[in-house]
Amino acid sequence: MNEPLIQLAGVCKAYRFFSLTDVHLRLEAGQVMGLVGPNGAGKTTMIRLLMGMVRQDRGEVRVLGHPIPEGQALAKQDIGFASEEMRLYGQATLGWHMRLVRDMRASWDEGYAAHLLCHFNLHPDQRVRELSHGERVKAMLLLALAPRPRLLLLDEPTTGLDPVARHELLVELMDVVRDDRRAILFSSHHTQDVEQISDVITFLDRGRIVESRDKESFVDRWRRVFLDLPAGTAVPALPGAVSVTTTGRAAVVTTREYSPAVEEMCARARVTVRDVQRLTLEEIFVATVTSQREEQQR
Amino acid sequence: MHSGLLISHADARPMYLQIIEQIQQRIAVGDWPPGHELPSIRALAAETRVSVITVKRAYLELERAGVIVTRQGRGSFVAERAGLSLELHRQELDTQLAAAADLGRRLGLSADALADRLRGLAQALEDQAHPHEPAGSEEES
Repeated sequence: MNEPLIQLAGVCKAYRFFSLTDVHLRLEAGQVMGLVGPNGAGKTTMIRLLMGMVRQDRGEVRVLGHPIPEGQALAKQDIGFASEEMRLYGQATLGWHMRLVRDMRASWDEGYAAHLLCHFNLHPDQRVRELSHGERVKAMLLLALAPRPRLLLLDEPTTGLDPVARHELLVELMDVVRDDRRAILFSSHHTQDVEQISDVITFLDRGRIVESRDKESFVDRWRRVFLDLPAGTAVPALPGAVSVTTTGRAAVVTTREYSPAVEEMCARARVTVRDVQRLTLEEIFVATVTSQREEQQR
Repeated sequence: MHSGLLISHADARPMYLQIIEQIQQRIAVGDWPPGHELPSIRALAAETRVSVITVKRAYLELERAGVIVTRQGRGSFVAERAGLSLELHRQELDTQLAAAADLGRRLGLSADALADRLRGLAQALEDQAHPHEPAGSEEES
């Protein structure tokens, strides 16, 4: 019961032009984890490793207590998976797919499936190839959600959804974690969704985990500090500064290690702090990736 | 149980602060009296579509401030502390006085002139409540 639903230790997977390096990760029951990172960061590779679709070169992958890829058949009994990579049969209807999954999964909840059909505005008689992109995404999410699995692995679940459908999906996802034995891992470029519903944020860049920590402390430590510099005064070196922009006597410092001590340091340097602002996850995302790329170019 | 709490993304304040303020407002106006049971953390998270950890943080801070109490395995309740609503009302009073002081400053009133006006208004209320008593010795400005 206390075992994490997902556990990765020292996991590596190398491809010709990309490698996932030394990934350590835990997802506990009752949690929602948002996976963010730029294109090609390794988010999809990580989800494929968890599903046993590819085998790691090194390290340990455990999902719902089963070693992966060996125990994937057992693990998948209790996983709901939705991804662009998943293929539905174009000729068949959504209803046909629903019956298929229902026959394979004893936990299929017919009433919940009907509720999702209605809220996602889908019809069982629709043929898959007649569905729009967004409808196909919703169909896959319905098939993943309706068996009420303990673990949901969703690769870009909100991409291509209209605002109403996205709202409905967030409602359903937050409903899942009313049950503290269940958990969700989802990747998304929609940082507002991630910031809103995630308990843990895992930040991936170029195959490495940059940070994986609880959302509140992740977002809380970042600040943009607006300074007024007296003539001839340089911008003080502040802890965790990721970027410094100076225009005349005004300076803006973005820091990832903000604390009240920062303002004391400015006061000692005779620099006026004009304003301190929080950052959204989107801004943190851009600041992190930009500063890392600049560092690499040096 | 529907709390009616609403989280806005157009609001620059972090989500946990919005939750704290809305709960405090519910308590201050008496919608949630002392002993009232709050929604469970997971229920409120599902209802507001805000992560469990954010709601948990809001509850922890409300607990630390003595506004709510959490009994293990039983849930969270509005604190019974008699001084609670008094304290919330005092906070509200400070907010309104600060706004009045700001307006007074913009009108060019000195702190003393502002205090005199307030005293006068308070005295008028007193006189209304106890018309038989003689007026106080304070002069009106």
